[in-house]
Amino acid sequence: MNNNFSAFFAPSLRPLRLNIRITKNVRSHRKKKMTKRAIKLLQGNEAFCEGAILAGIRFFAGYPITPSSEIAEELSRKLPVLGGKFIQMEDEIASMGAIIGASLTGLKSMTATSGPGFSLKQENIGYASFTEVPCIIVDIQRGGPSTGLPTYVSQADMMQAKWGSHGDYPIIAVCPSSVQECITFTILAVNLSEKYRVPVIILSDEVIGHMREKVEIPLPEEIELIERKRPTCPPEEYKPFDDVPDYIPPLANFGKGYRFHVTGLTHDEWGKPAMDPVSTHKLLTRLKNKIAKNLEDICKYEALFCEDAETIVVAYGISYRVAKSAVLKAREQGIKVGLFKLITIWPFPSIQFKRICAKAKKFIVPELNQGQMIGEIMKYAPKDAEIIGVNKYDGTILEPNEIYKAII
Amino acid sequence: MVVIHKYMRRQVKFPNVWCAGCGNGIILSTIVNAIDSLGLSRDEVVLVSGIGCSSRAPLYVDFNTLHTTHGRAIPFATGVKLANPKLTVIVITGDGDASAIGGNHLIHACRRNIDITTVIFNNYIYGMTGGQYSPTTPCGAKASTMPYGNTDHPFDLCKLTMGAGATFVARSTVYHAKILESYIKKGIENKGFSVIDALSNCHVIYGRYNKKGSAFDMINWFKDNTINVNTAIKQWGNLETAEENIGQKILTGVFKEKPLPEYTAEYDKLIERLKEKAK
Repeated sequence: MNNNFSAFFAPSLRPLRLNIRITKNVRSHRKKKMTKRAIKLLQGNEAFCEGAILAGIRFFAGYPITPSSEIAEELSRKLPVLGGKFIQMEDEIASMGAIIGASLTGLKSMTATSGPGFSLKQENIGYASFTEVPCIIVDIQRGGPSTGLPTYVSQADMMQAKWGSHGDYPIIAVCPSSVQECITFTILAVNLSEKYRVPVIILSDEVIGHMREKVEIPLPEEIELIERKRPTCPPEEYKPFDDVPDYIPPLANFGKGYRFHVTGLTHDEWGKPAMDPVSTHKLLTRLKNKIAKNLEDICKYEALFCEDAETIVVAYGISYRVAKSAVLKAREQGIKVGLFKLITIWPFPSIQFKRICAKAKKFIVPELNQGQMIGEIMKYAPKDAEIIGVNKYDGTILEPNEIYKAII
Repeated sequence: MVVIHKYMRRQVKFPNVWCAGCGNGIILSTIVNAIDSLGLSRDEVVLVSGIGCSSRAPLYVDFNTLHTTHGRAIPFATGVKLANPKLTVIVITGDGDASAIGGNHLIHACRRNIDITTVIFNNYIYGMTGGQYSPTTPCGAKASTMPYGNTDHPFDLCKLTMGAGATFVARSTVYHAKILESYIKKGIENKGFSVIDALSNCHVIYGRYNKKGSAFDMINWFKDNTINVNTAIKQWGNLETAEENIGQKILTGVFKEKPLPEYTAEYDKLIERLKEKAK
């Protein structure tokens, strides 16, 4: 298995291994107590909260919507105990506004919703992206469109996560495939959000959100947390939207002496509205490059058996779990099939995908929708490769057999 | 030295976006005067605005300023205030921004009684977009989307916000600038959700559609067509009778000043309680 994800955590954190003991390398006369990771049986939505707290989220604003409400409920209990803030707002639009406001005071902030709420949030998501305010949006995808299937699964908001708001804007989206990943990918999402000054969407689904699995809670010393860059220059020199070489200007907290203007209008480096062609082009280009030039760092994936694979299954979320069963069964039968797991959905890990899948002749894309990520695979797969979608959109998950049949 | 000169953002070039004679400039300076007279540190003041002529105000002044999406200033402000209750948060919004698209957020902030001061620049019209009618446009008035005369009846923003639970509610006009300033100051001092309905003149669009004359004429109109609520009650005995008798005149003054437990303070108390419990 090769991936660029385990480097993200301390080498001792292997998500699938159990009972790992981490001992501190300290000489002492007394027998040192060994710190062990806590093992819990958690629901996916509970695990998002666990990950959020570990990642430093201390502000949550949300609105009830099945199947995400457990996240709001759990954080309403947990956050004030830690001195954090929780508020149930009057709607999803207000929730999105509140987390942006809170983030500007320096707090790491998060909201959670499902399809209809995700649609409502789009204007303010575009705002957060354009004003480069870090925040997390969890979307527990359910059957759509419209009110759809409140308690049944889909993976049909994948494209909406990229194109939901109007205009060209940067966005990052990650996709957990297990309850353990609900913890670790929330930490990943917060880090990416802080590092790149961009809203990050955690695209989960009703099955992952509601299922229960055994998890290991990472210890604080195993987790690397990234904080947004803050300015060190004198306040009168501070440019909150500076055209810097790494594309990411520092972001000051409101209230700390840097008095700056944040606006959704196209703006210059000081944040003042600037709607002339030169300023517009400059800003939109920097925002594009902020993500497009950092694909190696941002995009996470896992590749299983792809080295000699003639057929590669590309999967994400709950469909990844199903696909893995099918792929393992096929391998037992001697079929040269590989499995490419999308962790980062947006930006699509095109560089890594092209590198790893260059020799494959057939791609299978199982999705609980009418074919959304398959378009990206078509873009980046080798020319002349056969690309087959395995699509289910009736509120149930795919079964391993349905994917296995497509492989053979 | 005129107070507002101390607070102008130096890098922002003039002329500003408002028409010559627009009352919005008067309201902005009353806000700045109120902040200055309270001795607040500009580092700890956050101005949050929505979209419209009103909402262009924060750019011009030297505070933490946040120009958000249409109708949504109040939720953004709620996030700022709850995250850091030490900040003084003032929302600058318009009649359309606050009571049309932003209506839901307005009433819920009133209900929560969160310590935010909302100044509504009420010029009875959607000025920035060319003169469409708003929820405060008088019945019968002309607007670009009510070309035959407004068939709707307007909100009384003070009654609306009082009914929703705001603990400080007042109305004044750009003519009564010093009084308006005193209400804004009281609103900031109130530890709770404060609403100031600041009546302004849009002579270039609303005034032109409705033959209201020049900026000077419209501002003077406020002098002759408003009456302080306390004066009215003294004259007619009680509020209901006064409202029946004042005809087309507009009531101004402080309508409500009744402090109640404030949202962020109560939440901080919860945090303390939980901390004690954990010990």
